Amino acid sequence: MKERYLDDLKEIKTIMNRSSRPVSLSGYSGIATGITALVGVTAAHYYIFRYHDLKEVLPEDLPLHHMLLLLLIATGTLIIATAAAIFFTNRNNREERDRLWGVQARRLLTALLVPLVSGGLLCLILLFKGNISILPGLTLIFYGLGLISAGRFTQTEIRSLGFAEIVLGLLAVLIPAYSVVIWALGFGILHIIYGFMVQWNTKA
Amino acid sequence: MKEVLKNLDKAFENRIRLGIMSALVVNDHVDFNTLKALLGVTDGNLASHLKFLEKCNYINIKKEFLNRKPHTRYYSTKGGESAFRRHIHAIEKLLE
Repeated sequence: MKERYLDDLKEIKTIMNRSSRPVSLSGYSGIATGITALVGVTAAHYYIFRYHDLKEVLPEDLPLHHMLLLLLIATGTLIIATAAAIFFTNRNNREERDRLWGVQARRLLTALLVPLVSGGLLCLILLFKGNISILPGLTLIFYGLGLISAGRFTQTEIRSLGFAEIVLGLLAVLIPAYSVVIWALGFGILHIIYGFMVQWNTKA
Repeated sequence: MKEVLKNLDKAFENRIRLGIMSALVVNDHVDFNTLKALLGVTDGNLASHLKFLEKCNYINIKKEFLNRKPHTRYYSTKGGESAFRRHIHAIEKLLE
């Protein structure tokens, strides 16, 4: 009799865990994203930002070919980083044969994309009619918000990553002269550290 | 002891109903096919246990069509959740 109820409790626990199991993000995807971002920021610095005083860059200061190049670099980096994240995450979850990965992954994507897309559109508007110097900070802040809202559906470390991105984003807006460096720090270095932390934790 | 046994819920004596309820209390809703995959049971078996829980007013059902295919979502009710909690407390008491 007791045995049976003990099994019942075990069953309850397994079902609860399996039905709400977070999507498991791979640490490699963090590392890949970080490296892609570093390449992107370096390219942006080399081709565009080193010609401008970063304290205050207005859209009219930025020649059209620079603006288009910046958009191209940003979009390219975003696409490559997303592709890498999806590739590694997919592999991770196929290995675990998680039948529910679809449901949870969809929730994760919605949670991530709402702040990210609204922030992205705002940045696009500001690129054409605002102060470009605050863009690195804003992208970091909105990305951090996206991560925090997505954190419910995956490893909790991602929430800490989100908070760190927001802090860096605010810092970048505060000291625009260093915003590109902070940008590289947030999207590049932080992702790589996060990737190693996750990978190391899963192994342990 | 008698007091404890009274709190055990007949509706959750069955493994599949227990499993359904476990999945519903930790999720906002779960659809039929997900429940099926989760518990590894046949359509008919799952449907009859769902009907049982519905009769107890422990779960709610929302039917809709996705690409012209029926898509049924299941929600736990407030009453179902508190009954489930009582049941688990009773088991824990019993095992003390």
